[in-house]
Amino acid sequence: MLANVDSAAFAVFLVLFILVTGMGFVAARWRKPETLAHLDEWGLGGRRFGTWITWFLVGGDFYTAYTVIAVPALVYAVGAYGFFALPYTIIVYPFVFAVMPVLWKVAKERGYVTAGDVVRGAYGSRALELAVAATGVLATMPYIALQLIGMEVAIKALGLSGEVPLVLAFLVLALYTYSSGLRAPALIAFVKDIMIYIVVIAAIAIVPSKLGGYGAIFTAADAAFAAKGSGGILLSPAQIVPYASLALGSALAAFMYPHTLTGIFASSGGNTIRKNAMLLPAYTLLLGLLALLGYMGHAAGLKLASNNDVVPELFKTLFPSWFAGFAFAAIAIGALVPAAVMSIGAANLFTRNFWKVWVDPKVTPAGEAKVAKITSMLVKVGALLAILLMPTQFALDLQLLGGLWILQTLPALVFGLYLNWFSSRALLAGWAVGLAGGSWLAWSDGLKPLHGIDFGAGKVAIYTGVLALALNIVVAVVVNLVLKGLPQARLSREAA
Amino acid sequence: MIRLLLLLPFIGLMIVPFYNVREPYLFGFPFFYWYQLAWVPLTSLITWIVYRSVRRAG
Repeated sequence: MLANVDSAAFAVFLVLFILVTGMGFVAARWRKPETLAHLDEWGLGGRRFGTWITWFLVGGDFYTAYTVIAVPALVYAVGAYGFFALPYTIIVYPFVFAVMPVLWKVAKERGYVTAGDVVRGAYGSRALELAVAATGVLATMPYIALQLIGMEVAIKALGLSGEVPLVLAFLVLALYTYSSGLRAPALIAFVKDIMIYIVVIAAIAIVPSKLGGYGAIFTAADAAFAAKGSGGILLSPAQIVPYASLALGSALAAFMYPHTLTGIFASSGGNTIRKNAMLLPAYTLLLGLLALLGYMGHAAGLKLASNNDVVPELFKTLFPSWFAGFAFAAIAIGALVPAAVMSIGAANLFTRNFWKVWVDPKVTPAGEAKVAKITSMLVKVGALLAILLMPTQFALDLQLLGGLWILQTLPALVFGLYLNWFSSRALLAGWAVGLAGGSWLAWSDGLKPLHGIDFGAGKVAIYTGVLALALNIVVAVVVNLVLKGLPQARLSREAA
Repeated sequence: MIRLLLLLPFIGLMIVPFYNVREPYLFGFPFFYWYQLAWVPLTSLITWIVYRSVRRAG
């Protein structure tokens, strides 16, 4: 297990990992409430996180370890197309600015913890609540598994082999999440993000100087794609609509996920969220520069077994081993924060919108916190087993479908904040058709995110999630019009 | 009305054919890259302008 380990890199990695683990357990005492045995405290940190904590927490769970590995890997493999993450993480913030403070206010005033709570409050429909909650849990599971892939890549890059290190790291994560709740990832996010910033700033400052500057990096990447005969540093005409629709669809889906919503609900107010919408783009700048590491891989002439190795290999090749160890620790710790918040978000959904509704309606706040703690543990174990027992591609395919699924909860969650027009049955119909239709399209395209549509002048590929959302909204509008046309519906409305 | 400014980043980034070009370069970056990166601070600025007016109003 320790045969190929560089001792300097490993020592740095281990010290940082132990430091962060300690912080995870101490977090239970950070801004200590009277009791942690309440879902508001365990699952939302008491809803008192100010601008800075929210910035680190949301940034830490939105820009994940997998992003650090996968975005440069995609850019390395296909070029400009992999950059859709950049427009995606820019346009998401005006959306957050406009919508999320409204959502926060509703949640705070009525004590909502999850998206399912919000939907039930708005429409009084148990079925729609269950639909939104189940979608949230299903979409989150593969996302946690992806964090494990990110951690696996970092651990493997250290030279550690076998599955024991991954299992150990995950066990530690599960235990301190259990005891400290959302306070643990919130506190660890400070360390994680500062480490990631150091790594990326070092990379974008030092790597180009070793490779002959940014101009040389773009030229090298251009030549590599030309030699390979695919990809490029500009989009091909056929990639333009996929690029824009992937960016738009991903942006609309991003803050429907339980973990990002948890970060929003945990903040101390609408202005905290608005300020974050202005400040979080700092991470986007980082992401854009990080993506360029993919091109630096070409300029450094790396020979890779897997595209996912581009970032680790770059650090191993161009930096002293202690700094490579620091970088791998940053990535592995970077997986802990989102994995913790995701499991908390999923656990909150299960507790509030399944356990409390269908199993034990009289559950006390302390009982809720307990159910959530156990669920968060089970969710993580499930993700770990998925990574250990199933092929990696399975998690990636499910994650792709998860994005499409979570996007289908947008009308139910957002429309009611502005309009008093849609009925729960119409939204449920839209959700069902969007979810089933979108999944079927993605499945029949061989689990590809794009679906080709013939507009007469040749096929245009569009992100399937956006198509499914359009279908969802059309069905919701039509069903609503039909229901409103029925006499009994009108009567019940007048009676109400 | 000032909230409509928030639509500018969407417009600026959804018109992909406009920026899917190499020229002009900036610090070795093709236009495609620095144009999109430039929208990051620009979007923050736009959001700040809207934030100021929202804060005053409410």
